[in-house]
Amino acid sequence: MGITKQFPGVLANDDISFAARRREVHCLLGENGAGKSTLISILSGMVRPDAGEIRVGGDVARIDSPRAALERGVGTVYQHSTLVPALTVLENLLLGESRGLRLNAEAGRKRLAEVAATLGVDVDADAPAGQLALGRQQQVEIVKALWRGSRVLILDEPTSMLTPQGVAELQKVLRRLKETGIAVIFITHKLHEALAVADRITILRAGRVVGALDTAELAASSPGEVQAQIVRLMFGEESRAVADVAELRTDLEGDQAPLDARPPDADVLLDLLRVSARAVGGFDPGIEDLSLRLREGEIIGVAGMDGNGQRALAEVIAGERPRTAGEIRLYGAPVQRLDVSARQKLGLRYVTDDRMGEGIVTSLPISLNLFLKRIGQRPFWRHGRIERRSVEREAQSLVEAFDVRTPSVSTRAGALSGGNVQKVVLARELSFDPKVVVFHKPTYGLDLRTTRTVRDMIRGLARSGGAALVISTDLDELLDLCGRIFVLSRGRLVGEVENGPNAGERVGELMVGAGDVVAA
Amino acid sequence: MSELLTRTFLTALVSGGLLAGVPLMFTALGETISERAGVLNIGLEGMMLVGAYIGFIGAYYGHSFWAGFAAGIGGGALASLFMVVLCVRLGLDQIVVGIAITLAGEGITSVLQETQFGTTYPRLGAPPTVAIPGLSDIPVVGKSLFEQPLIVYLGLAAVAATSWIFRRTNAGLNLRAAGEKPEALDAAGVSVVATRSYAALCTGGLAGLGGAYLSIVGAGTFTPFMTQGQGFMAIVIAMLARGRPLWVVLGSFLFGISLSVATALQLAGINISTDVVNMLPFIAIMVALVAFARRSYLPPALALPYVRGAR
Amino acid sequence: MTDVTTETTLSPETRAPVQRAAPRRRFVADALDVVVRSIVPVLLALGAGAILLLALGRDPITFYSNVWKGGIELTAWQDSAVRAAPLLLIAVGLVVVFRANIWNLGYNGQFLLGAALISGLGPRLVGSEPRWFALVVLFVVAGAAGAAWTLLPAVLKARYETNEIITTLMMSFIGVGIANILIKGPFQDPTVNIPQTRVLPLDKMLPAIPGTRIHIAVLMALAAALLVHFVLTRTSFGLRLQILGANPRAARHVGLKVPRLIVMSFLVSGLLVGMAAAADILGTWGYVRANWNPAYGDTVIPFVFLARLNALALIPFVIFYAVLSTGGDLATQQANLPTDFLLVLVALILLFMTVIEYLGRRRALGASYLTPGLEQALRYSSRRRKASE
Repeated sequence: MGITKQFPGVLANDDISFAARRREVHCLLGENGAGKSTLISILSGMVRPDAGEIRVGGDVARIDSPRAALERGVGTVYQHSTLVPALTVLENLLLGESRGLRLNAEAGRKRLAEVAATLGVDVDADAPAGQLALGRQQQVEIVKALWRGSRVLILDEPTSMLTPQGVAELQKVLRRLKETGIAVIFITHKLHEALAVADRITILRAGRVVGALDTAELAASSPGEVQAQIVRLMFGEESRAVADVAELRTDLEGDQAPLDARPPDADVLLDLLRVSARAVGGFDPGIEDLSLRLREGEIIGVAGMDGNGQRALAEVIAGERPRTAGEIRLYGAPVQRLDVSARQKLGLRYVTDDRMGEGIVTSLPISLNLFLKRIGQRPFWRHGRIERRSVEREAQSLVEAFDVRTPSVSTRAGALSGGNVQKVVLARELSFDPKVVVFHKPTYGLDLRTTRTVRDMIRGLARSGGAALVISTDLDELLDLCGRIFVLSRGRLVGEVENGPNAGERVGELMVGAGDVVAA
Repeated sequence: MSELLTRTFLTALVSGGLLAGVPLMFTALGETISERAGVLNIGLEGMMLVGAYIGFIGAYYGHSFWAGFAAGIGGGALASLFMVVLCVRLGLDQIVVGIAITLAGEGITSVLQETQFGTTYPRLGAPPTVAIPGLSDIPVVGKSLFEQPLIVYLGLAAVAATSWIFRRTNAGLNLRAAGEKPEALDAAGVSVVATRSYAALCTGGLAGLGGAYLSIVGAGTFTPFMTQGQGFMAIVIAMLARGRPLWVVLGSFLFGISLSVATALQLAGINISTDVVNMLPFIAIMVALVAFARRSYLPPALALPYVRGAR
Repeated sequence: MTDVTTETTLSPETRAPVQRAAPRRRFVADALDVVVRSIVPVLLALGAGAILLLALGRDPITFYSNVWKGGIELTAWQDSAVRAAPLLLIAVGLVVVFRANIWNLGYNGQFLLGAALISGLGPRLVGSEPRWFALVVLFVVAGAAGAAWTLLPAVLKARYETNEIITTLMMSFIGVGIANILIKGPFQDPTVNIPQTRVLPLDKMLPAIPGTRIHIAVLMALAAALLVHFVLTRTSFGLRLQILGANPRAARHVGLKVPRLIVMSFLVSGLLVGMAAAADILGTWGYVRANWNPAYGDTVIPFVFLARLNALALIPFVIFYAVLSTGGDLATQQANLPTDFLLVLVALILLFMTVIEYLGRRRALGASYLTPGLEQALRYSSRRRKASE
């Protein structure tokens, strides 16, 4: 046993200590908001701790910048890609690594071949990074993290963007990494993932370490017992409240949360007939010849890796993006010529995945953010003038109804935490008679309690006569909510899967079968 | 109409175009470097003026053209220091600071010129030129294209070098990453602030050189507000050239021609009012912008300050 | 207030942001904050200006006292008030666009085109029509000219997102050129040799407040500031502009008609700039000389930022600058400096303002005034000291 890493004490992390050992996958498990991201930021050099120390290989390491982390042998693969899409793979790998004036391309290629062989992956050095499939991009990032011969590899929620097959490939890579003597730290909020790869699990909750399970304990008990024990550690008394959330279950392929049966001839609320939309920007394709039908009471899922046209699909339905072909019908009537606000008035809503960038205006108070889609309408505006009191009164009741934690409705929306921002967005979209709602990654990054609440809201919408289209890269979420799941690949729908036994596998196959390259 | 195609007119046009295009070329090259790195430099006009004034002073009192050019580079870099400190390091709004630099540059150089020289405008002689044998004998364009002060050839070499620098050096790679996705650069362990700072200083130096060329070679003297919008012209050239140094040269030459049309027309004996002719470069730019409206490219992280973990 | 005991079971996600200090104390702190952020840059700039004057061999005390003399003493304040009219109108026009994060920097061209048009058409009009009618028509013409000149940049931005800084600036240069051509050409005063338009007779120009030299355009400017402030802060249009400026993507997402908003804000701003030209020509000058460019917009921009894009706060700032400018005419003349020296002062104000803004922002977020590196160094050294005790 060689390298250890100890780490006590930090700010949003409260006196955290754990040790990662060589040839071991050490999993940090905790729900969103438990403090995992802060911990990773500290280990990778992005943030400095207020107290405590980090030791690598027995020596104290002062990690005060990403460069320092790399020099001490700590490589990090972040949750959100740190590759520059416009540069080639080789250029991305050489970024910050070469010395001297000229780029040392030959040495770079050699090193790439070395590391790739160790991992058992195959990467094209000259492809533009933005055109690679997400699984490949992640492999490039792992190569980059190991470039300088790191002794510790940290992976922050690496599976959030992968297909089930991609996850299996990752697990293979991790196993090979272990053999080369590296200590792997794997962060996740999904129990089944942790159990699949970890040799050791440390559980975080509210910024503290609340428990740890080592190799022996994991091997000794049955999966059911381990699951129950971990859930109890993660949630304490609340464990029963969230135990049925998909992320905590290890038996996803099996049963399903019961979905309300709906008559197959319910009214068609949303109809997409051979719709196409153009791509915007370099690396996010549009959609082509896409047909979809959403009936009353249905929750339909759209799966697929990021960058396959999800945003185009959502925006074309909402009216933010013009369509180049096909028809969009709402309640049977064509709406493709109507703009965003007209469609909203008809009951169409869109909960965007980009909460901070698109969903709210951070500098405005929560009260105004709640009514952004009703500017100029009575009773909040009269003759164009704002009626402060009615706005605040209604805002207050919405905040209470949706459990938004804030000292007042006049607080700047940007000051809220991610979960509360999402609640504000939901409060806005789901009030005033929503009928057809498009959700894009509705519970991404949220803690489990909020996740459960949001998913209940979606189910409630469907039950009360509306319909929901859930676009998500999280297969667990789709399996939890949807009756039918479509797969989006390169802008086209490549298949439809009824939810049930083995649904996850079938969806994964469809995602992979459509090919490896994302953009045209 | 046939008067337009006389030798005199064409020669005057080409040589004038080159003369006017060189300052634009230097400045636009500088702006290209900045923009690639994600810094939008609105203060170019001010930096050009500062370079023009200090460059002129350097040449005048230093009795050497090279001293003047060096001084111009220094002056421009000094002016861009404000950009570096306030925008890159402190993250303040690039547009506001750019406007301030332009205003300050205009005001300060005007005041300095008047306190130093009063109402006189001392002139410098013409700088020595280097003729390329053979090529400079081509009729009409030979003399103007291939008999230029040495610094022009250096400038063209610099443009070619920049393209190579972007693609094949570490510095160039860091620059491109800083403009495309600064978070990636930071995660790779390179200081985004340092990279952008160097880029901005280069821009300032080049803009200062452009201004110095304008005052030393172009006019032979310094007059307040002499750039007359050329700094902004350089920004347009940089935007339309989409970061490709070759197009920078071409664009600068074309806009230089539009600037020099007035004198060429005079020499050819054609009488069009100076007001009309002075507007031509700006009309040309508007036409170019309307025609190419859909195709100007700017790097994604342009004009956004980088703060680690900002919300 | 959040209860500590219930906090431990909630994840940080759902915990509320920290409650700030009691409301009344906060109000005073905020007001003080605003005063500091607005006054300090001006004081610093004046101080830096004094240093500059000394470097140039002039006496700063004489300079500033001349400013006072020329700007306020005796009846000079009336001249300042008069100069404030076009300044304020342009500034208000800039507030409208800047709030939407649209940079209309073409005010010089818009201004001169409006000025040229009405100084050309004016003499003919006032001769044949009653005074009030002519004045109103001329105001409309000037406003329309200013607005029309923003149209091309507006459409380019609305449809193709073409950078408006460049387009408005280019149009400005073109506008100045056209204005000069008009003045030297069709609008030239045939009775004089110098290139200028015919002079409007005094009794046909804007009436003044009885007993003073202050013409009513000054009151119009004040009214415009109040009106625009009301529209920007209390109406749906103002909110839409604010959203567009704060987050254009969110604006599109929530269904605002963004292209229309862009064009409208451009037009309104151009209208106000054109009206500033009318105020200046019809109130003060009565004619326009060729190659005249007072560049009011350039000098008033920093105050637009200092006032934090608030039309009401603009009023005291513009008045201050009007005094500085009027008094500055006298002071720079006495000190043998070009009037462009005021440009330097104004740029200094802008620069100091950005620095103070930065310090203020850091404080608001709970950080200290020091840069992160410095702060960290201090903290490490103090901790090391404590450890060794």
